[in-house]
Amino acid sequence: MSKPSFFRRRKSCPFAGPNAPVIDYKDLKLLGRFVSERGKIVPSRITAVSAKKQRELSQAIKRARYLALMPYCEQ
Amino acid sequence: MPNYESVFIARQDISAAQVDGLTEAFEKVITDAGGSIAKRENWGLRTMAYKIKKNRKGHYVLLNFDAPAPALHEMERQMRINEDVLRYMTLRIDEFEEGPSAMMRNKDRDDRPRRGGDRDRAPRRDAPSDAPAAEETPKAADDAESKGDEA
Repeated sequence: MSKPSFFRRRKSCPFAGPNAPVIDYKDLKLLGRFVSERGKIVPSRITAVSAKKQRELSQAIKRARYLALMPYCEQ
Repeated sequence: MPNYESVFIARQDISAAQVDGLTEAFEKVITDAGGSIAKRENWGLRTMAYKIKKNRKGHYVLLNFDAPAPALHEMERQMRINEDVLRYMTLRIDEFEEGPSAMMRNKDRDDRPRRGGDRDRAPRRDAPSDAPAAEETPKAADDAESKGDEA
């Protein structure tokens, strides 16, 4: 009952809402926000992307990687 | 007929005119088989994120087209045979994108930060020249003092 009363407000998914960006493998600027410096895909628990959109996003990032638009691994 | 979006990467050593020739050849395969080209985009010579067949850069071309599947298979077969094509990827899409793709839209914006980066670097290059200037002023002050002593 008397748990320490700190809870962060759950951030909403950046791809939710009416004017949310469309996930596209060609939009490198958008995809770049969801990969780490090493080029790894950032987990959705950190970026607050919904599960459905995270699947779309990871697909898009993998497509961009295949076309050498994004690195598989940096350094 | 389904809609397709195809991107291929051509070798860095070929000229822009050769890339156009290559693109036209692939487009011809599509149109001859009863397909139609909706959009053609040349992203130009881009630096790739990693080397492919010892190429650091590549000419990127995007094609949006509406064609029967055999036409696509024939085009992909030709891409595999052609040694100038490093890689290709074709996706079936529900609807064609209106206007230029995100790549073309961001091109100008991508250039700006790079130029900005140069601007950031410029003062750093100037910085060493500032230091000698700082050294000169005390000397000038010394000269003024010595002149004052003489007078």
